[in-house]
Amino acid sequence: MIDKPTSQHPPENDALASASVESPHHMPAADSLDPATALLSAAGLSKHFGGIKAVQQASIHVPHGSITGLIGPNGAGKTTLFNLLCNFLTPNEGTVTFDGDVIHMRQPHEIAQLGMVRTFQVARVLSKLSVLDNMLLGAQQQSGETFWNVWFRANRVRHEEQHLRDRAIDILESVGLAPMAHAYAGALSGGQRKLLEIARALMVKPKLVLLDEPAAGVNPTLIQQMCEYIRTWNAHGTTFLIIEHNMDVVMSLCDRVWVLAEGKNLAVGTPHDIQTNPQVLNVYLGIDNEPKS
Amino acid sequence: MEGYIVSLIIFTCIFALFSLGLNLQWGLTGLINFGHVAFMAVGSYVVVILTLPGYLKEIPTQLLDEFNWMQETPWVAAGLQSLATILPQQIPLIGAVLIGACTAAGLGVLAGVATLKLRTDYLAIVTVGLSEILRSIALNEEWLTKGTFGIQRFPLPLSTLNPNVIMRMGMIVVLTIVLGLALWHQWQWAKRTMRSASAQALLRSSSLLLGYLGSLLGVVVMVGWGSQQLKASAAISNGVTGAFLIGAIALLIGLYRWVWLTWMSSLPALTEGTALITSITVTGLSLWLYGYGSSAIYHYDRNPTKTGLMWISVLLVALTFWALQRLSNSPWGRVLKAIREDETVATALGKNVFWYKLQSLMLGGAIAGMAGALYAWQLTTVYPDNFRPIETFNAWTIVVLGGAGSNVGTLIGAIIFWAYQTLTRFILGDVIPLNDAQIGAFRVMLIGLLLMGLMIWRPQGILGNKEELTLDR
Repeated sequence: MIDKPTSQHPPENDALASASVESPHHMPAADSLDPATALLSAAGLSKHFGGIKAVQQASIHVPHGSITGLIGPNGAGKTTLFNLLCNFLTPNEGTVTFDGDVIHMRQPHEIAQLGMVRTFQVARVLSKLSVLDNMLLGAQQQSGETFWNVWFRANRVRHEEQHLRDRAIDILESVGLAPMAHAYAGALSGGQRKLLEIARALMVKPKLVLLDEPAAGVNPTLIQQMCEYIRTWNAHGTTFLIIEHNMDVVMSLCDRVWVLAEGKNLAVGTPHDIQTNPQVLNVYLGIDNEPKS
Repeated sequence: MEGYIVSLIIFTCIFALFSLGLNLQWGLTGLINFGHVAFMAVGSYVVVILTLPGYLKEIPTQLLDEFNWMQETPWVAAGLQSLATILPQQIPLIGAVLIGACTAAGLGVLAGVATLKLRTDYLAIVTVGLSEILRSIALNEEWLTKGTFGIQRFPLPLSTLNPNVIMRMGMIVVLTIVLGLALWHQWQWAKRTMRSASAQALLRSSSLLLGYLGSLLGVVVMVGWGSQQLKASAAISNGVTGAFLIGAIALLIGLYRWVWLTWMSSLPALTEGTALITSITVTGLSLWLYGYGSSAIYHYDRNPTKTGLMWISVLLVALTFWALQRLSNSPWGRVLKAIREDETVATALGKNVFWYKLQSLMLGGAIAGMAGALYAWQLTTVYPDNFRPIETFNAWTIVVLGGAGSNVGTLIGAIIFWAYQTLTRFILGDVIPLNDAQIGAFRVMLIGLLLMGLMIWRPQGILGNKEELTLDR
């Protein structure tokens, strides 16, 4: 039942097998794990920094409508993999396909425009802009972002801005940040910043949101709420890929978890599989559970 | 006096325009441009070259004289000769200004493509280099710029105009509308600010503030007068006068700071009172200037070149300010501010950071190019030495003084800067026991000192937002 990706056995085949055997009720259909139909699909990604091989031949597939987890010990290359997926770093090898487009040669901002948004490990809000302005910045294809429109199509810009404002306030209300809409984002607490960052990503109307440790440094109550929000947004059709160290969050949210260790795929499976996987326990806890041969 | 005021208004407008361009680039987008004067130089030279009758036509011939290889290469020589026949004698002023602004914007593209991939501090160094390279080119490429001889006697705007009463009245009405709009906005702001205070508290705080500032002004004038008397009397050595001056200033600063900290700073409704006093001062001052300006327009034939230029400058600043104000508050401005704060976030949200930075450089450059045209008209000669790096730093002083990112602040900064320049030019020489050369250096030192004080006590500038500075990232 445990996947052990090797060069001869690409992980997705094993994953497919395990999924078809188990297929718990909340699991996506087996064929959605096929890289050809996945929303985001990366294969053979490598990134070297000088002699350091941060990511080696890593693959990941995120099915439409899923909440996929990405875990691994510190330094496993999870964030680097995120950066490769969004092309914030250019991979040395490998391909990334998003919604039918090959994106690893695209500019990072084009990738965001295609509907794939990321957040950051340490929440990056624009402190000196208001919470509302932070949100509005997320909206795509605003005519007011072209400067001659500001002068010559003022009405259209104003109309659009009003519309976006309403949408932003709606999203802020759903995460309880609406009372802070006109405060500086820099005045928010750490947890609120994380929420704002996710809410801002949703303003993009994304197909896929990459969350980098959304629960890190957030109090337990807020973590619960955050999970609720993510589930709700997922139910409305947004796909999520989440890096997270908090296992409770991973176990309660994710349909499928990918494990990365030392820049390589270690395992993939349902949260339950992963929790009982001796190799995963090994890299996390240093317990050697592998049967000696 | 009237002539001097008109000239002062023109200089203030030129530097306001110039600094508005820098404020767009640095205050809004966070691009550290230490070569802003290059854009102004390009604007000046392009306008002058295009409008001086016959100058443009001569350039191909000058080129042939300058470079032997061009004469020896038949197709180049033929091409240049036919170019000389095609080129017009001169281009109308408005067209020239537009071309000048576009060329400056083009320089922005060039600088941007070369440097925008660099981190901010490297950009700063490259832009200084760019402005100095351009000045060297202007100094050495005599076929184009006449080098150190400079270009003179180019046509000035509205200088041949001899407006009748109705036209002059029309010009005054336009000026009145600009002033009216400005004051209306000023008082709208004051009303919004003062709303939170009761009438009684407002009256108390504003009258106390008026007394505080008025008495400060009075004492400063008295000290200046005393020093002037000491300096004028031959019996007293300069050392004694200097000691008197330094002692008096130290005493004044100590006393007024103590009074401020003890009574004034805890006054209820202080912000509101400040808003009221500021608005009254601004209104009074601008009406005073407006008086001189409209009188100059009414007597247009007394000094047609300067009066016409003043009218154009004021109008151009007003228009640019309005356009920039719209931009700053638009989604476009929001993207620029986001880039200033954190480029990575802007990229992650699908904004093409490079393109926006380029737009900011281009637009700021075009505005500086227009300022360059006004500058050439005001000086009536264009020399490479007009465009030394000090002009860039004057613009920086203005933007920092007013508060980075604030267009209104930039205008106020320009006004304060030129008020300082004028006042010190006339008064300092009589008051301070130094000779003329020393006074010149002393004025620059004093600006440095003022900027240091500003950075210590009000790092956000006059209109900047303190709260923004104290926010963490």
